[in-house]
Amino acid sequence: MLSIKDLKAGVEESQILKGINLEVKPGEVHAIMGPNGSGKSTLSSVIAGREDYEVKGGSISFEGDDILELDPEERAHKGIFLSFQYPIEIPGVSVSNFIKTSLNESRKAQGLEPMPAGDLLKMMREKMELFEIKKGYLSRSLNQGFSGGEKKRNEIFQMAMLEPKLAILDETDSGLDIDALRIVANGVNKLRSDDNATIVITHYQRLLDYIIPDFVHVLYDGRIVKSGTKELAHELEEKGYDWIIKEADQC
Amino acid sequence: MTEEDKILEEVTAAEYKYGFTTDIESDKIPKGLNEDVIRIISQKKNEPEWLLEYRLKAFRSWEKMEEPDWANINYEKPNYQDIIYYAAPKQKKKLESLDDLDPEMKKTFDKLGISLDEQKRLAGVAVDFVMDSVSVATSFKDNLADLGIIFCSISEAVQEHPELVKKYIGTVVPTSDNFFSALNSAVFTDGSFCYIPKGVKCPMELSTYFRINEAGTGQFERTLLIADKGSYVSYLEGCTAPMRDENQLHAAVVELIAMDDAEIKYSTVQNWYPGDAEGKGGVFNFVTKRGICHDRAKISWTQVETGSAVTWKYPSCILKGDDSIGEFYSVAVTNNYQQADTGTKMIHLGKNSKSTIISKGICAGKSEGSYRGLVKIMKGAENARNFSQCDSLLMGDKCGSHTFPYIEVKNKSAKVEHEATTSKIGEDQIFYCNQRGIGTEEAIALIVNGYCKDVLNQLPMEFAVEAQKLLAISLEGSVG
Repeated sequence: MLSIKDLKAGVEESQILKGINLEVKPGEVHAIMGPNGSGKSTLSSVIAGREDYEVKGGSISFEGDDILELDPEERAHKGIFLSFQYPIEIPGVSVSNFIKTSLNESRKAQGLEPMPAGDLLKMMREKMELFEIKKGYLSRSLNQGFSGGEKKRNEIFQMAMLEPKLAILDETDSGLDIDALRIVANGVNKLRSDDNATIVITHYQRLLDYIIPDFVHVLYDGRIVKSGTKELAHELEEKGYDWIIKEADQC
Repeated sequence: MTEEDKILEEVTAAEYKYGFTTDIESDKIPKGLNEDVIRIISQKKNEPEWLLEYRLKAFRSWEKMEEPDWANINYEKPNYQDIIYYAAPKQKKKLESLDDLDPEMKKTFDKLGISLDEQKRLAGVAVDFVMDSVSVATSFKDNLADLGIIFCSISEAVQEHPELVKKYIGTVVPTSDNFFSALNSAVFTDGSFCYIPKGVKCPMELSTYFRINEAGTGQFERTLLIADKGSYVSYLEGCTAPMRDENQLHAAVVELIAMDDAEIKYSTVQNWYPGDAEGKGGVFNFVTKRGICHDRAKISWTQVETGSAVTWKYPSCILKGDDSIGEFYSVAVTNNYQQADTGTKMIHLGKNSKSTIISKGICAGKSEGSYRGLVKIMKGAENARNFSQCDSLLMGDKCGSHTFPYIEVKNKSAKVEHEATTSKIGEDQIFYCNQRGIGTEEAIALIVNGYCKDVLNQLPMEFAVEAQKLLAISLEGSVG
């Protein structure tokens, strides 16, 4: 589904990603862990197509198509979703209006008619239940005055509405208390299927107790220095990153 | 005036009448402005003596005035002697079909979702279906007449209801108020008149749209709206479709009178031709709009301004009555080389009078937008309240936004609040929208409409939807 080969990217002179290789197949959950500044958020931004980052080498293909030349919205239309680490506020735009616009723009790109309002509302209600979201939430201004937890929950709610093929959750656990974390994780698990894939970016192993990954990768200094299964995450939790960093630096 | 003077005047006036007979027939008068020209205008419109006097008085004060230059706008001052102040209702050049229409204009019509028939009407294509809209307008008029509501052109009102016009015209905006209103008072040729009788709630939005079918709007438009005691009216002015006009200078005057317990909602969507992307051409719009509120009366001004090369406009409220309410909701968009200096004046005279000002400026391209507002609390205005919020949204780094709030308080019990913010549409916001599948143009439209929500919500539903589309179109291509 997603195939990243020797990806190099950075901002102006500085190189942040120094040759990333990653294969994600439908149905899989990959976790990407690593210390601060290792390039985790850069990787998610580059996949989503943020223009601040310049790709200096390598390739990213999604379902067989090279996506590096595509605009961020075109990538979104293909089914790539990024849950932001710091969701953005848009004053005066209600959650429901934003989701409606988002959903219908994607449908338009696929040659579909806008979703009838009744269907849309019904779908929103179902998904709201999934994430235990309160009434009145839909008419609030997008992310404005939201608590950290509400913002993250809102990201996952949008993901549920857009039903992406590939979801990248960038530090979705940060700012969530334990109850909210469970609700979000349960929601993500319910959305899992054999056709879609998830990349979970996180500092902590905690989230991975709820969203069980098939693979865990450690990102350090712009490279994936170690890959393994969920046991690797436990090991990291116990021993920290230092031993991997030492291993990597020796290479 | 002595008897002798009267006779003298009659004789001189009569001389003018005869002296210019040939001109009447040719229906054109020479360029320039002087008392003779005003007499001709008045005569051609078959106006009563008092109105001619009114015009002359305005002209005499105009002559002594200087064109104001305190506003934050730069433009080449028009040569007022190079303008033809009266021409018989011009026949717009009829187009044979929509294919003859300027393709840019056609594109805008399509984007606004204006039906083909409507496009033809707006573009002045010769068609016969117009009968439909005339009959609609007529049936509206019948309904209104049953309620005693008068809604007609001001010329018609001068003939049919001279007592009302005479009683109220110039009472809110005196002839000598300012340079442009004095000019308007001297030479106005048409506009709208509306009277809502005591206790009547006007059941429909009154729109100039219907009136324009009958007569084109003039360069110096004059509007007089009177809501008698306990009445209510919602009045819509303007059109989202782009209006091109050969006249570069527009100086309108609008006067609103809200008697005790009356309420007037006055909504404007203005989209005069702003000039091309290099800033050439475009309409200069110098408007004086003011309303007076008597006891417990309320006036709400709502405006969405996207057009004109230069805008100079301050819809204001004189809160004369106790417990009266004034509101001003404004969205002003400037793009390319447009300049706007707009805002409001809230003059509090009555006890417990309240005013609210919400101004949203959006500047893009190389444009300059200014908010200029005065909140004045007079001595007798016990417990007066004002809340002002002036926000500016900048797009790109070549535009400018300015806020000039003036506050004068002469009563200690007053409470005046002023909030102001300036923000930019962030790349973060756009990327966030992009990531959710929303393209950059749509993202800007979404963000801008969100930013203007408090103002757009004040517009009648259908108007609001059109205004949203208009905002998106006005800002197209301004980022990226």
